[in-house]
Amino acid sequence: MIEIDLAQSSVRELNQRLHRIGPGDNEHHWHVVNPNGAHAIAVGLTAPVHIEIRGHVGYYCAGMNAVATVVVDGHAGTGLAENIMSGLVRVRGNAAQSAAASGRGGLVVIEGDASARCGISMKGVTIVVGGSVGHMSAFMGQSGALVICGDAGHDLGDSIYEADIFVGGKIASLGADCVEKEMTPADFDRVAALLGCAQIAADAERFRHYGSARRLYNFRIDHAAEY
Amino acid sequence: MISAPRRYSAAFSPEIIAEIERAADEGLYRIRGFGTLRPLPSFDDLVLLGASISRYSLEGYRERCATNVTLGTRFAKKPIELQIPITIAGMSFGALGANAKRALGRGASAVGTSTTTGDGGMSEEERAESKILVYQVLPSRYGFDPEHLRACEGIEIVVGQGAKPGGGGMLLGQKITERVAEMRTLPAGIDQRSACRHPDWTGPDDLTIKITELREATDWEKPVFVKIGSARPRYDVQLAVKAGADVVVLDGMQGGTGATQEVFIEHAGIPSLPALRQAVEALDELGMHRKVQLVISGGIRSGADVAKALAMGADAVSIGTAALVALGCNRAIHVGDYAALGTEPGACHHCHTGRCPVGIATQDPALETRLDVAEGARRIRNFLTVLTMEAQTLARACGKSHLHNLEPQDLAALTLEAAAMAGVPLAGTDWIPGRNGC
Repeated sequence: MIEIDLAQSSVRELNQRLHRIGPGDNEHHWHVVNPNGAHAIAVGLTAPVHIEIRGHVGYYCAGMNAVATVVVDGHAGTGLAENIMSGLVRVRGNAAQSAAASGRGGLVVIEGDASARCGISMKGVTIVVGGSVGHMSAFMGQSGALVICGDAGHDLGDSIYEADIFVGGKIASLGADCVEKEMTPADFDRVAALLGCAQIAADAERFRHYGSARRLYNFRIDHAAEY
Repeated sequence: MISAPRRYSAAFSPEIIAEIERAADEGLYRIRGFGTLRPLPSFDDLVLLGASISRYSLEGYRERCATNVTLGTRFAKKPIELQIPITIAGMSFGALGANAKRALGRGASAVGTSTTTGDGGMSEEERAESKILVYQVLPSRYGFDPEHLRACEGIEIVVGQGAKPGGGGMLLGQKITERVAEMRTLPAGIDQRSACRHPDWTGPDDLTIKITELREATDWEKPVFVKIGSARPRYDVQLAVKAGADVVVLDGMQGGTGATQEVFIEHAGIPSLPALRQAVEALDELGMHRKVQLVISGGIRSGADVAKALAMGADAVSIGTAALVALGCNRAIHVGDYAALGTEPGACHHCHTGRCPVGIATQDPALETRLDVAEGARRIRNFLTVLTMEAQTLARACGKSHLHNLEPQDLAALTLEAAAMAGVPLAGTDWIPGRNGC
């Protein structure tokens, strides 16, 4: 176990140490204390390390993560795990806007609430939110799944492509071209499995499924009013 | 009987009437490629003041006039060293075919300069051919891969583009082949309309933190460029500098595009001439001119344009459309294919169709074979060499031993508009409209 105190060393020193970890190295478990809302903690990781951050983090924590597991025992600022490629990022508290933005793979778990634009431009990531999400979540979502155990704000899934959204609570409104879809037995199984992976206790049976009506894929004047 | 000559309305010219009829018939705005077609104030409206008695010139064929430039001297551990101050602008794989990207990379590398990726990510062909490659971080984040971020020589955060400041990218369904779709994680054949804002930051304070994140992810090695479309360059340049940019890329209204709404191309943004002047003034106000490098693009076509842009204060220029023309864009070959698009060589701006007759702006394998990579690379190398030699010729005539020694005092304007926009005197006078209360 390696402990890094960000009251004593800088984020840059931490990140550079994490980037230097090679395939044969034995530095697998890290504790980071006193993050004090610092930005860009544990970004650009490529090694299969497990990092636990005790406290709140600022913008872009675990941005562009590949392979690593990053756990934030606190709240997270804007752009948590943006463009995540693989691995796991978990926040025990809430996440600010644009969580998992443009994520291409991996799993992002937010045990509390997520603010606006959660999963914006998502490209394959799986996101499980234990609480509710803000407006414009999954905006232009291209691929992957957003599971929301609580409620969703306005314009959910606006201009969505092929991402799937599963909501357990209420929805303020759906965005352009986002529609409710059939919840098939396979979808129930998928949601149950994702909740299991995320270690979030919720009943998959209460979820509904949303996705693209695909009316805006090719521009037609008849659909201009959708925008 | 004498017949009166026909009179056409200036407001409702035949072209305007035709466009109204088309819009009423189709119910769609016009989308096209290339750049603005109408005349705009440009570097052609400036002249360089060669030396005579008050200043003396350098021997054109004997005395050295250096051309190198370093980009990213502010924060990056590994700034980019270019042999010439002319780079290849960002153009996406998708808008361009793989052969075009390869030819651009090989040709640029032969003269020691850089190319830039584009919306849709980094293609293997481009990385293999470009010794110096700048990787764009765009609002869409199509194909964005941190491995590519680590593999590039420079990072360019694209905020805007001169052809469409405030708008996002566009690639119509006919160019979204299986490979392009896979790179962008999109269904094949859809009309891809990119976001106009980044997904994870809004405003200059966020941009500061975003730049920090990119630096942290790459251990502060690579220079970070910020590219803006020219709308309010004074403010945008200063905000980019405040946010921590190493290099500001300013794309003027004449900048090209693979596809966008024509109303955008012709009616948004300001030309490169006033944008460049405002950008240099903005850097001067901060005491950052030459500390943060400034790259201007949009309407650079000749060595004269290069020399004038550098004299106005740019550190380098970037070319897109001119490079494609050097590759063969609008060349009078395969004329029947131009006709099939409803156009002709010299008037083609049909990049958006994917049916590029010369095999540049296409994903069609048959059309792509029309662009020979080796020959294309030779033409790019030649064109970049000519631009450099022309700029050197003018710089030596002004008595400069380095292109960067050109200065505004080496310029005069041929029109009132250009004098006001570029901030240089009207030729034969000391008058700069708008200065000193005049």
